Amino acid sequence: MPKIKLSQRTIEIVKEICLSFENNEGELINVLHEAQHKLGYLPAEVQELIAHELNMSIAKVYGVVTFYSFFNMLPQGEFPISVCMGTACYVRGAEQILHEIKRQLNIEVGQSTPDGKFSLNCLRCVGACGLAPVVMVGEKVYGRVAPQQIRKIIAEYQEGCVRPEKHEM
Amino acid sequence: MDMINLTIDNRPVSVKRGTSVLHAAAQVGIKIPSLCYMKLEDLNIENKPGGCRVCVVEVEGRRNLAPACCTDVAEGMVIQTHSMRAIHARRTVVELILSDHPTDCLKCAKAGNCDLQSMAQHLGIREIHYEGEQSTFREDTSPAIIRELDKCIRCRRCEMMCNEIQSVGALSAINRGFNAVISPAFEMNLDHSVCTYCGQCVAVCPTGALTEVDHTGAVIRALSDPSKTVIVQTAPAVRAALGEEFGDEPGTLVTGKMAAALRRLGFNYVFDTDFAADLTILEEGTELLNRLTAFLGGDKNVKLPMLTSCCPAWVKFFEHQFPDLKDIPSSARSPQQMFGSIAKTYFADKIGVNRKDLVVVSIMPCVAKKYECSREEFSVNGNPDVDFALTTRELAQLINLANIDFKSLPDEDFDHPMGESTGAGVIFGTTGGVIEAAVRTAYEVFTGKKLDRLDYTELRGMEGLRHATIDFNGLPIHIGIAHGLGNARKLLEDIQQGKSHFHAIEIMSCPGGCIGGGGQPYHHGDAEILKKRQMALYREDSGKPIRKSHENPYITKLYEEFLGAPMSEKAHHLLHTEYFDRSKS
Ligand code: SF4
Ligand code: SF4
Ligand code: SF4
Ligand code: FES
Repeated sequence: MPKIKLSQRTIEIVKEICLSFENNEGELINVLHEAQHKLGYLPAEVQELIAHELNMSIAKVYGVVTFYSFFNMLPQGEFPISVCMGTACYVRGAEQILHEIKRQLNIEVGQSTPDGKFSLNCLRCVGACGLAPVVMVGEKVYGRVAPQQIRKIIAEYQEGCVRPEKHEM
Repeated sequence: MDMINLTIDNRPVSVKRGTSVLHAAAQVGIKIPSLCYMKLEDLNIENKPGGCRVCVVEVEGRRNLAPACCTDVAEGMVIQTHSMRAIHARRTVVELILSDHPTDCLKCAKAGNCDLQSMAQHLGIREIHYEGEQSTFREDTSPAIIRELDKCIRCRRCEMMCNEIQSVGALSAINRGFNAVISPAFEMNLDHSVCTYCGQCVAVCPTGALTEVDHTGAVIRALSDPSKTVIVQTAPAVRAALGEEFGDEPGTLVTGKMAAALRRLGFNYVFDTDFAADLTILEEGTELLNRLTAFLGGDKNVKLPMLTSCCPAWVKFFEHQFPDLKDIPSSARSPQQMFGSIAKTYFADKIGVNRKDLVVVSIMPCVAKKYECSREEFSVNGNPDVDFALTTRELAQLINLANIDFKSLPDEDFDHPMGESTGAGVIFGTTGGVIEAAVRTAYEVFTGKKLDRLDYTELRGMEGLRHATIDFNGLPIHIGIAHGLGNARKLLEDIQQGKSHFHAIEIMSCPGGCIGGGGQPYHHGDAEILKKRQMALYREDSGKPIRKSHENPYITKLYEEFLGAPMSEKAHHLLHTEYFDRSKS
């Protein structure tokens, strides 16, 4: 994993988040959530810092980050695409959807496109089983998606979209 | 007492409330199989994840089978441990584990000592009815430990040892489902992590997933090279455990047979680390007295308490976790390294052999000693003071390879001059032993008086944290003892916060001290074995004609002929060391 040096601002943000949870080890999941929300992803250096602030081992923090699929260790694309892999979605063809997205963007799960536009992740059940199979792009939910629609969905974001504001590390 | 009555396999049982079904059954001689569960009685070590489900039993009135290790007894419970359903479930569980396990038994380092293998035998598994994907994890080799996680059954014993007992935090369960495994952060190699190489994960791993790096091949090569003089040293705790590998009762002392076996293996000189333990006492004891005297003289800069420094896992622990305290431990090298240093100078000169042609092998109860002897500061122009450190288990392997019938060996003595030792050197192998040895010498040197008793029973025992006050002629010396790094952490935090009132503290990483080391014959969760080894060392001590390090005539001679005095410039150069801040790496 390439080493990055966290900016002073990032360090402050992470420390503030930890402090807002009273540096309590039991709040790790909430701390990670908040950090990912603010920073976009959780690189190793951020996990190390959180471990230090909460006075717990880095291995444990990493264990939690890798246990839950909604945490990302790699920078997300401008438009993070998530495919729900919950039972309902799976049964209704989520795997074909995933395959199609991988094919079109030419990336694997967990990666982003070289231009930084899209990244791809799987999710456990998002609770929209009635709409299965479900794909999310950023916060936007697409229900009853068929593989043939993927090209159109991706095209929506290819150009002319406002860049969402994201903090720089 | 609050007793609970129940029936297990049609037999009435009465046990204390809060007892698990597993332990209740054991009390009436019913041994329910268990795999992930492990308990070391009296050492406060218990692994109870309830994960493997090998221990399932039938409880009347309950629809599901219950895991015996984590189900408490209840009044009137009726339990069947060997109903058809329970046996079937148990077999299914083990078959499923085996379906994702390499079929390496014939050449696995753990074969014959593997709990999974014995479980498959115990349950009479002859076929695996399930087929599935096989995990493939990258093998990870460090200076001391090999991780082969394809053999991991996720019992999480290692994780428990590393976190709860050692408080090191090198390992954690990561990922989920099929990819779940126990690993250092970011799946980095162990040697990039905060691991201390204490080897306690290896000591409890039920399978071949965690083993020590095998150096037996390198030692055989050295032994068959006519241009090399090969000498060996054996740590105190080895003699109290080696016999177990050959079927002896735990606690059998095999000092004489061990010396005989090493001679038959072809070592040119068979020496004893206990000799170096005596040397350690003179250096470390003198350092303690110097610091004490300065302190009593009002020197505000002197660092107290002084911490022992013979355990390499403990050294690596404070280098990572308490670098601000790195001036507090004694600067004395460990006995293994003092031995190597003296062997490759004083002894090499004596027998007229160049250090490059002298190979020093040590037999250790320890996994971390492999790492210690590879540390750069313990070598001269790339030639290490100690070339190879073998575990007790590896020595047993060598003895078998050499067709030696261990049990029929005669008792033999160590060679001179580095084979002579005192009772004080012997007890280095148990928690409390190093500090008791130091007290015997420091008292006499400090007070100028003869001790009227040698057995400091107040320093002995198995509690994780102990303390005692020893009267040095009117001056009360406060002594602390910790074994297990989690216990050591507590004493260190007290020191950081200025709350420690101790003058000297002994720390050993392994529960029980080196007798419970990561390189010892596997204890399979039986703490009695550790206690018996401890008793054996005290027995060896009390049978020794000389029991104080400063009375070892060969140590006296070493100072006269070579070193001058304890803490002399030469002694400093050869027998002391410095520590490094590893918190950033
Ligand atoms: S050797 Fe000790 S410190 Fe290293 S991983 Fe094992 S238990 Fe943890
Ligand atoms: S490495 Fe060994 S001790 Fe650790 S979880 Fe796997 S099988 Fe259990
Ligand atoms: S206590 Fe002994 S066996 Fe354990 S790591 Fe320390 S030196 Fe090695
Ligand atoms: S031994 Fe009881 S669940 Fe593993």
